[in-house]
Amino acid sequence: MTPVTGAFARRLIACLDVRAGRVVKGVNFEGLRDAGDPAALAARYDAEGIDELVVLDVTATAEDRLALARTVSAVASNVFIPLAVGGGIRSVDDAARVIEAGADKVGVNTAALGDPALISRIAGRFGSQAVVVAIDAKRDGGRFEVCSHAGRTPAGWEAVAWAREAESRGAGEILLTSIDADGTLQGFDCRLTAAVSDAVGIPVIASGGAGSAADFVEVFTAGRADAALAATIFHDATCRVRAVKDALRRHGLPVRL
Amino acid sequence: MIALIDYGAGNLASVRKALRACGAEVFEPTGADRLALASAIVLPGVGHFGATAALDGAWRSAIGARLEAGVPFLGICLGMQWLFEGSDEAPDTPGLGCLPGRVVRLPDRTETGDRLKVPHAGWNTARAASGPGQAPGIPGLGDGAYVYFTHAYAAPVTESAAAITEYGVPFASAVRRGNICGVQFHPEKSGAAGLAVLRAFIDGTRS
Repeated sequence: MTPVTGAFARRLIACLDVRAGRVVKGVNFEGLRDAGDPAALAARYDAEGIDELVVLDVTATAEDRLALARTVSAVASNVFIPLAVGGGIRSVDDAARVIEAGADKVGVNTAALGDPALISRIAGRFGSQAVVVAIDAKRDGGRFEVCSHAGRTPAGWEAVAWAREAESRGAGEILLTSIDADGTLQGFDCRLTAAVSDAVGIPVIASGGAGSAADFVEVFTAGRADAALAATIFHDATCRVRAVKDALRRHGLPVRL
Repeated sequence: MIALIDYGAGNLASVRKALRACGAEVFEPTGADRLALASAIVLPGVGHFGATAALDGAWRSAIGARLEAGVPFLGICLGMQWLFEGSDEAPDTPGLGCLPGRVVRLPDRTETGDRLKVPHAGWNTARAASGPGQAPGIPGLGDGAYVYFTHAYAAPVTESAAAITEYGVPFASAVRRGNICGVQFHPEKSGAAGLAVLRAFIDGTRS
């Protein structure tokens, strides 16, 4: 089932959670602390061989929201790899603003749960390749419950069903975050990832829980992820991009070196 | 001055930024007649082939005339696909047709039956096409270089293929005929490997 084909590389993505122009990081979506300047971190990851960047706006206020376009522009001005931007995208105009600032893709989450047609509207304007539907999911017995509002509110969808719905409405990729695993460094939720990845025909980016190079190997094999995203371990340099890629390659998984 | 053609299909800002970072002077022609000022033409694009319908008769004849005159041309993603006769993605929208062949959808299964995610989104290698009568390489594109793709439709491997990539099937990841170059991947998003292609193209416009 793993979509192996020739040299097609497994993608590693670094996530910059940004608040008021600074990178922050929390555990289980809470307890934010400062982790640096977004443009400087982006340039460092680019030099280290990261395949893609995600800038996620985790602010709550309108003033901070205005700072996002400047942050995106600063990140995009000297890094020439794919850049996705999410957080607070509620309309085609919001999407247009970050794309004009330099984003290649926009992530939608809470607003798409409230108004699934938003996915089609953004895809219609910018193409499906520009729409990443971000899904935050939490284990609830044997099922995976989708949550909105940065993981706080149950959205009334099961993760696989919502991923299929998002695909049918024109999503180009799914960014799948395990709320339980996020920030714990205990490994990705491979059951969640595999369930969603098997259910859709579009790429799935696994997120939440990366703690070691071995965790990436597992999510690309057992989890059948197409890409994997991490923040904490890359920010802290406890695990370097190159070390992860070397581990993937040792397991026969193609990477861009 | 490189003419960067804006027909409302996507990645214009990224391409402009990358060309300028590589030292190019870039302008966006407001009408097809302005192409006469161009020392080179870049046709970007990402998304749906139907968007190329905005390249109407005036643009088609102006671009065609500049290509005939030997002006260096680089088509990116949709801008490369448009060089072909057409695409199954938008059967009623003709391509320029200066390269023979049709753009078709990528398969969602490998030959051995494994499932393939479509779109082909991510980094893959571009291998130089070789063989008698085959197109020469794209300047600046290293054999086997990893470059970034995001597309669901792809051009067939014909004599115009300058580089070949495999995703379920082999497809043309770069094409070339004389002064006309096209790349399916995004050089503006392919890190150092992509910037090398843009720099070589810019250098070619100065010689």
